[in-house]
Amino acid sequence: MKIHEFQAKEVFSSFGIPVPTGKVAATPAEARDAARALGLPVVVKAQIYAGGRGKAGGVRLVESAEEAESAAAAMLDRPLVTHQTGPEGRIVKRVLVENASDIEQEVYLGITIDRARRAPVVMASPAGGVEIEEIARKTPERIFKEWASPQIGLRPFQAHRLADRLGLNAKTTRAVAAVITNLYRAFAETDCTLAEINPLAIVSDGAALAIDAKLNLDDNALFRHPDLASLRDPNEISDLELEAGKYNLNYIKLDGNVGCLVNGAGLAMATMDLIGLAGASPANFLDVGGGANEEMIEHGFDILLSDSDVEAVFINIFGGILRCDILARGIVAATRHRDFDLPVVIRLEGTNVEEGRRILAESGLGFRSASTLSEAAALVAQAVSKEAA
Amino acid sequence: MSILVDEKTRVLVQGITGKEGSFHTRRMIEYGTQVVAGVTPGKRGEALDGVPVFNTVAEAVEATRPNAAMIFVPPRFAADAILEASEAGIDLVICLTEGIPIHDMLVVRSELDRRGTMLLGPNTPGIISPGKTKLGLMAGYIHKEGAVGILSRSGTLTYEVVHQLSTRGIGQSSCAGIGGDPIIGLAFTDLLARFDADPQTRAVVLIGEIGGTAEEEAAAYIADRFTKPVVSFIAGRTAPPGRRMGHAGAIVSGGKGTAKEKTAALQEAGVRVVENPGEIGAAMAELLGR
Repeated sequence: MKIHEFQAKEVFSSFGIPVPTGKVAATPAEARDAARALGLPVVVKAQIYAGGRGKAGGVRLVESAEEAESAAAAMLDRPLVTHQTGPEGRIVKRVLVENASDIEQEVYLGITIDRARRAPVVMASPAGGVEIEEIARKTPERIFKEWASPQIGLRPFQAHRLADRLGLNAKTTRAVAAVITNLYRAFAETDCTLAEINPLAIVSDGAALAIDAKLNLDDNALFRHPDLASLRDPNEISDLELEAGKYNLNYIKLDGNVGCLVNGAGLAMATMDLIGLAGASPANFLDVGGGANEEMIEHGFDILLSDSDVEAVFINIFGGILRCDILARGIVAATRHRDFDLPVVIRLEGTNVEEGRRILAESGLGFRSASTLSEAAALVAQAVSKEAA
Repeated sequence: MSILVDEKTRVLVQGITGKEGSFHTRRMIEYGTQVVAGVTPGKRGEALDGVPVFNTVAEAVEATRPNAAMIFVPPRFAADAILEASEAGIDLVICLTEGIPIHDMLVVRSELDRRGTMLLGPNTPGIISPGKTKLGLMAGYIHKEGAVGILSRSGTLTYEVVHQLSTRGIGQSSCAGIGGDPIIGLAFTDLLARFDADPQTRAVVLIGEIGGTAEEEAAAYIADRFTKPVVSFIAGRTAPPGRRMGHAGAIVSGGKGTAKEKTAALQEAGVRVVENPGEIGAAMAELLGR
């Protein structure tokens, strides 16, 4: 789960990481008042989950309260399109108004989980303000790393060793090491999968200040952090994904036109790949769970029907412990009372499959039934090309 | 032979009285698995179809001498259940639970490494050695005893592959899911080593997916020392970057962990990688000359 910059900065503050003084505003007038209260100049920053806001016009340095008001007016309630949002962008609902800082130098700090080493990795780079992927691509020798022990955490000497490699003076090195230590505490204690400060600014008196803040939280650990869980912003999640979430369905909207409903994540990915191989394109990823009961199929089918991009539906279920005849009855029950005129291709395989296919064929619902994966993919591609013609 | 488990494996089920635990325990007993004990705190003295239930793993171990534990407890208690099994001296722990916090798993994995406990999963469908024993969620009857080993990061996609093999008359030695989470126990490489040493296994199907580097490590291992033929499929060629595809571990991040990279690494190692998931069984049949 992602949270907004201003929320991440509140978490940082509670862990002793210095951040600029700021206020959140939901209207241009609030932004103007915030600028007056804070003292000028200020920076107005659009609050959306995606990065790349600066280049997209979502961060403005202003010299007066009136300018802060007009900068906020230009951002609020409009989509901001960055390289991470997709072409439709994200609607800005809030801006963060902050005191502008007198920055002498910028560095990068980030902590994530290194899957191969099975440990948190703390990264630092003197190339602050640049995305870590870009530093890794262009100047990988400018990224320094320390791996924390999962059992005893990041030791103070590791924080100092990392800060020491950034080539700063003694006082600033101490300040940066303190930020690293506190960032690690925030990462570990709030169950983050990513904690990032980019840039961490070195300001005129040698102090360090987190100019930006990013925290991604582990969804599986939110039960330990109800305060953070409540920060989830429905504005940042598509309506269909929000709906799917209510029924514990794993759903991700994609840009194709074949809606697919599958039991199991691996089989769901394989089904998308199969659709791609057949020359069509998946409209979504949807895993209704390995066990796939009637209720889950029903909710999943409803979500596909409410996606206007879907031109054909492909249901791919492997029945193991849950037999195909029972699954077929479930599919019939789930779709019978739905009003739809889309072609529906069903590929059912597993135990009692003949009985299952008979139930589907006799349902009178016009399903196109396939026995192998390849046959199903061909039927789907055919259905979509007919729709287009 | 087979890998990790066989007809002699004595199984302890943690969370045996829960909905999932009791359902799958019964399916396993039907298959012929030796379930010797169950654990649910506070239910000492009860029994499930004749299987005695204990309060703690330690007392169950003392009374029934299991050598494998299966974990069916909810995510917030699962990490603790794994450590309890390890501390009680059980060699192989299979954790089926999905949704364990990643920071919990980091600690568990480093502790298990220190103790030398093997962990399959978490978020795994388990393992079956057809005709011998089943420690997992899979339907036993789709399997057929034979010579192909299967390794996978997923559940139903594995059943799909088993079905493609069984209907062609190709049986399996053992089918193991390593788990769909980012931090897991036994890796592809650990199980490849066991399949290499297993005389029953003649060839292996490796079902990978996007995210992490497990397939790249398997490719390096295969190129270096694996002696048996391998067919592979990597799920997620069409998955968008930066999104978790159902499994917590299935994510392309920072341009890393793509199906393309994994496919290239495996092909480089001499593995037959099929693009169409419907053709895995046929590719294996061809390789075995059937």
